[in-house]
Amino acid sequence: VSIMGSEILDCGDPKCHQKIKAAILTDPCILLAMAEERRPKQCTVVLPTESMKAMAESIGVGQLQEESCVALSEEVSYRIKEIAQDALKFMHHGKRRKLTTNDIDNALKLKNVEPLYGFQSQEFIPFRFASGGGRELHFYEEKEVDLSDIINTPLPRVPLDVSLKAHWLSIEGVQPSIPENPPPAPKEQQKVESTEPLKVVKPGQEEDGTVQGKGQGATAADGKGKEKGLIRLKPRSTHELSVEQQLYYKEITEACVGSCEAKRAEALQSIATDPGLYQMLPRFSTFISEGVRVNVVQNNLALLIYLMRMVKALMDNPTLYLEKYLHELIPAVVTCIVSKQLCLRPDVDNHWALRDFAARLMAQSCKTFSTTTNNIQSRITKTFTKSWLDEKTQWTTRYGCIAGLAELGADVIKTLILPRLTVEGARIKAVMEGPVVSNIDKIGADHVQSLLLKHCASVIAKIRPQPDNVEQYRIDYGYLGPMLCSHVMKARTQAALQAQQVNRTTLTITQPRPTLTVSQSGLSGSAGPRTPSIIKVPSSLTLMSPRPGTPSQPSPPATKYIVMATSAGPASTQQVITLSSSQSASPVTSTVPSATSTLQPLVKLESGSGPGLTGSRPMQKYIVVSLPSSASSSLENKSSVLPTSISSTPIEAGMKLDRSESPGASTQSPH
Amino acid sequence: MAAVQGGLVDAVEKKDIKTEPSEDSGGNNNANDGRLLSPPPGSSASAPGGNKPPAGAPEDQQTLLAVLQFLRKNNLAESVEILRREAGLPEDALDLKAGDSAGAEDASSLLSRVTVSSSAAAQAPTKAVEDQPDVNVVLSAYSQQGDPALYGVYYSGLKRFIESVLDCHRAELSQVFYPLFVHMYLELVYNNHENEAKVFFEKFSGDQECYYEDDLRVLSSLTKKEHMRGNETLLDFRTSKFVLRISRDSYQLLKRHLQERQNNQIWNIIQEHLYIDIFDGMPRSKSQIDAMSGSLAGEAKREANKAKVYYGLLKEPEIELPLDDEDEEAENEEGKPKKKKPKKDSMGSKSKKQDPNAPSQTRIPLPELKDSDKLDKIMYMKEATKRIRLGPDNLPSICFYSFLNAYQGLTAVDFTDDSSLIAGGFADSTVRVWSVTPKKLRKVKSAADLNLIDKESDDVLERIMDEKTASESKILYGHSGPVYGISFSPDRNYLLTCSEDGTIRLWSLQTFTCLVGYKGHNYPVWDTQFSPHGYYFISGGHDRVARLWATDHYQPLRMFSGHLADITSTRFHPNSNYVVTGSSDRTIRLWDVLTGNCVRIFTGHKGPIHALAFSPNGKFLASGATDGRVLLWDIGHGLMIGELKGHTDTIYSLKFSRDGEILASGSMDNTVRLWDATKAFDDLETDDFTAATGHIHLQDNSQELLLGTYMSKSTPVIHLHFTRRNLLLAAGAYNP
Repeated sequence: VSIMGSEILDCGDPKCHQKIKAAILTDPCILLAMAEERRPKQCTVVLPTESMKAMAESIGVGQLQEESCVALSEEVSYRIKEIAQDALKFMHHGKRRKLTTNDIDNALKLKNVEPLYGFQSQEFIPFRFASGGGRELHFYEEKEVDLSDIINTPLPRVPLDVSLKAHWLSIEGVQPSIPENPPPAPKEQQKVESTEPLKVVKPGQEEDGTVQGKGQGATAADGKGKEKGLIRLKPRSTHELSVEQQLYYKEITEACVGSCEAKRAEALQSIATDPGLYQMLPRFSTFISEGVRVNVVQNNLALLIYLMRMVKALMDNPTLYLEKYLHELIPAVVTCIVSKQLCLRPDVDNHWALRDFAARLMAQSCKTFSTTTNNIQSRITKTFTKSWLDEKTQWTTRYGCIAGLAELGADVIKTLILPRLTVEGARIKAVMEGPVVSNIDKIGADHVQSLLLKHCASVIAKIRPQPDNVEQYRIDYGYLGPMLCSHVMKARTQAALQAQQVNRTTLTITQPRPTLTVSQSGLSGSAGPRTPSIIKVPSSLTLMSPRPGTPSQPSPPATKYIVMATSAGPASTQQVITLSSSQSASPVTSTVPSATSTLQPLVKLESGSGPGLTGSRPMQKYIVVSLPSSASSSLENKSSVLPTSISSTPIEAGMKLDRSESPGASTQSPH
Repeated sequence: MAAVQGGLVDAVEKKDIKTEPSEDSGGNNNANDGRLLSPPPGSSASAPGGNKPPAGAPEDQQTLLAVLQFLRKNNLAESVEILRREAGLPEDALDLKAGDSAGAEDASSLLSRVTVSSSAAAQAPTKAVEDQPDVNVVLSAYSQQGDPALYGVYYSGLKRFIESVLDCHRAELSQVFYPLFVHMYLELVYNNHENEAKVFFEKFSGDQECYYEDDLRVLSSLTKKEHMRGNETLLDFRTSKFVLRISRDSYQLLKRHLQERQNNQIWNIIQEHLYIDIFDGMPRSKSQIDAMSGSLAGEAKREANKAKVYYGLLKEPEIELPLDDEDEEAENEEGKPKKKKPKKDSMGSKSKKQDPNAPSQTRIPLPELKDSDKLDKIMYMKEATKRIRLGPDNLPSICFYSFLNAYQGLTAVDFTDDSSLIAGGFADSTVRVWSVTPKKLRKVKSAADLNLIDKESDDVLERIMDEKTASESKILYGHSGPVYGISFSPDRNYLLTCSEDGTIRLWSLQTFTCLVGYKGHNYPVWDTQFSPHGYYFISGGHDRVARLWATDHYQPLRMFSGHLADITSTRFHPNSNYVVTGSSDRTIRLWDVLTGNCVRIFTGHKGPIHALAFSPNGKFLASGATDGRVLLWDIGHGLMIGELKGHTDTIYSLKFSRDGEILASGSMDNTVRLWDATKAFDDLETDDFTAATGHIHLQDNSQELLLGTYMSKSTPVIHLHFTRRNLLLAAGAYNP
């Protein structure tokens, strides 16, 4: 420790001081902690003397005078700052934004101090803060890892070697829209473009509009002219597509509504992930809305399903700003939910699945796009409620309305659906037990009934105190009461079971460790932070399931995973993934080339900030929970699965992840 | 070493290398200054005989004398001789002055104490003292015993005064605040008035310009006398005077105020630690001052930039084009007459022998062209005829080379001039070379196999290559720390890398082995670059000294010292007669390779300078720093001529297009930006420089000059390169 060897402090035994200093300097946590705090205003930040005492104790110096502590802490703080400043040089020359332990090692070498060997950390600062017993501590969190777990898991992939890849960043001044380039207009810019031009183009109107209206044309024009001088007008965005884009559009739309399912999956994948589609967005949106208009009239269920899947893919694409096109997309989606007839043979075709799917889409868009200005959610709710209340509404539309409302969440169910259970029950009773009117009505009533039971049971299970008395239920909910009661009881037992399960099989993966692999019940998820190719989304967790079971095997029960991402950021999401290789009507997994590709984008967990840019990144925890197969009898039981957290955080993932169902529906339908 | 050198000689095919004088003064690097630039073998030009005496300021002379005196004291007679000869000092002058300064040194500690009371009178002797940057001497100058409580009063008194003067003077006088603040603070700390220092700092640090923030941070952590020993920042402040440029009127105003108030404390500091460059004329405005200030040691003195710089290009050697080439060019001429024309122009200007600004062809000895070089030149000219004329309406295409899976950290990239090879230096100490053409990289066969080759055959060059080793990339192992700088030799036979381990390594691209490790920088070497004519190279690093090397000498030929902090970036002038260095002290210095003098100091950056680029015509320099700004400099006049704002993070790479119309800048903020260099320089030529005072009025036209911004996908741009046809290549590591 030569840098401070010369400094002999005037109080206490110098030898012991040096020892302490050495201990402090070799404590990587402090170095990193100091390096971390690069606040602009840090005039005289000094380590607390308590830390000095703690460290002195840790090397066996019991009684340290207060003065010595002060002197030590000042000295050590100064040296640490010096080292941190040198370390910054290495960071700059290393062309990084993040200070690493290597930089600190190099800075120590510069001062002729032995580096801190064996302390490597690429990603984050691995110590935790704790307080207790009147003391505050930072400690290094090292988890105990079961060796057998590691030995038994398959080896991680060997990291790829450095390689070069060339692409065009710009061709004669224009940046091509290829996956290697960032989306030409980031979402924010698209937003600005869709909101700001209004202001720019008619600034006079914006200001005067509320008071004077358009009456004073002359002054408005005058103001406009003045403003023009000040504000640079954006050139009107061109709506011409390049030849490549036209080709792409043609290919994609053809594949999306064509007959080849593999091609469709690819096309949807492209829509959902490719950046730079925003120029084609108006075309896609028109394509969808026109398509729905035509196919509803022709009752072409398959095409409607395809179009809805396109809507979903568009919504999944993180680079698109869809707000501009909601006026086209929402009516199309709503049509698919509530239309009286969606298929040629309503008694046989499963148009209910389409309604469910579209309802989930609707709920998702309400969640993402509803603002206080556009009020999408309340307008949609009003629309659904109105037609549901109408006596003459057909069963199909009725089903759609209820599905649409139910998807909006537990609150909506509680306030809008539960009070009407009695009335609805009576209506169902009339059809079921009354004179046979038509088969179609009967099927409709049957579906509405199961829909109501499905959605309401979980909500009631939460808001209604036990015990569940059948008679009481009948009084409260009329015809549906007894059935509801049994459903509620089932939901309760599942919740209890689930709670136990959580305790038993919780497994935490710390993301930055690539070696840990989770393997449970035949399904293995491997966290691979090293994405091999530039195109893949960073920090995506891929849950891989083995190839679907061979026909000879008894089909394994579908297993459900709940992936909870807990992070320091404000957003905490929960996602329910159903990896089903055996649902009754889903031969689709075999048509899609690999299960991974369908699932991969589904489990995208994004913490609040962009990955990897900030110095200290909140650690993400993935808790993978395996549910008993009985819980998977219906997907919609998910709300009973997490009774505690469901009320606080909305489940948004339910529909997003449920791809296995929609293709199932599609293959069922006649072509 | 001798063996290695011999091996190199074989490889280079240079005969008869002049042996180094082995009697180096033991360990004293300063003596290296004295060694003559040895002429490269084979070149007909002889080394210039009588070197001119340094035309620098008297300070330089004094530094030299101080060095001489030091050498004498250590009985290094030979070095003294060499240095004196090189510096052109008369023998008696040495004795005379040396005696002087020796006396001065003896009296130094005494004098420095005396300075408290005798303010201006002690000026001359202290100057001599300052030439020995001995820590104790330096520090002892602070041992003044003023009342610590009064420092704040003095400072705020001056502040009140400056705030009350006329607007036109206020901006100029405000420059005094920062150096004064620092010196007063250091004095307080030195005299153990720790609490007063803290109070003083807290009270007044907020007043300082924001671009001094980094220095203030260093200063704030320095609270004890013990800290001052060995602190670079402190030594920099003391050993170099902070330079201020103030108009005569403002200066008189300040002087009168301080004398009226009997404010000796401040006056002493101004006298001792500041250099006030007084000029006649209008006081400068705030924006003018802000444009130039920001460096660690204030602005550059005006006379520092007065020396003549031969920024013109060397005449291209005449190479007779083979007949078939002429035919091909004739075809080109028919096909695209327009493109031919500019080339003719450029040829014309080159053949104009009397470019008044060009150095003489033999000013520094350059290696003779080999046959392969001539072939390459011919290739170059052919390519040049196909070059695209760039301009605001004709932007270059950009091809981006992403380094994938570079988790260890990509730290440096270089392209060969013909864009056939890419080399990358990595933080894990490896160097990798890729071929980006279908031609794979092959090693030369082993000696035993080479023996079997028929040396008379026509394709002997092809036969010596070992086909078995062909691959797209090769890895070079040898460094023991992150590789921070990398540079191909112009003939593509060698690769130069420098690293954290303090060495610069020369690699052969024929055998893919390390040939020489140049040791000299004992600290991390941040950057290195080959001269455009090969043979020489420049390096700079943490030790604040830039070194000029020749490939066949294991010790540096020149050492350029003067920077006050790490040298972060080094570049050769296109005519190889000058090198430019950028530093963490936020200055850029231009050095004359022949004399070793600093001929230009450019100040104005507000952060460490990480990128430098000369315009192809050698007249202009562009520099980029951590503050995200690109500054443009006129070398001949020594003036800042432009500021390009737009980047939001450190600029790591700058490059002019082949004809100098476009400037490309690459940054940590993942963007490549293109700037209209023609416009930036043309606007200027219509202005007449007020070169007498060195003032410039920078117009804020960054937005007009910005031609394009191209965002990459989380890939910091760390290198840029224009191919011979003006295609822009960019490189960086994708880090998700």
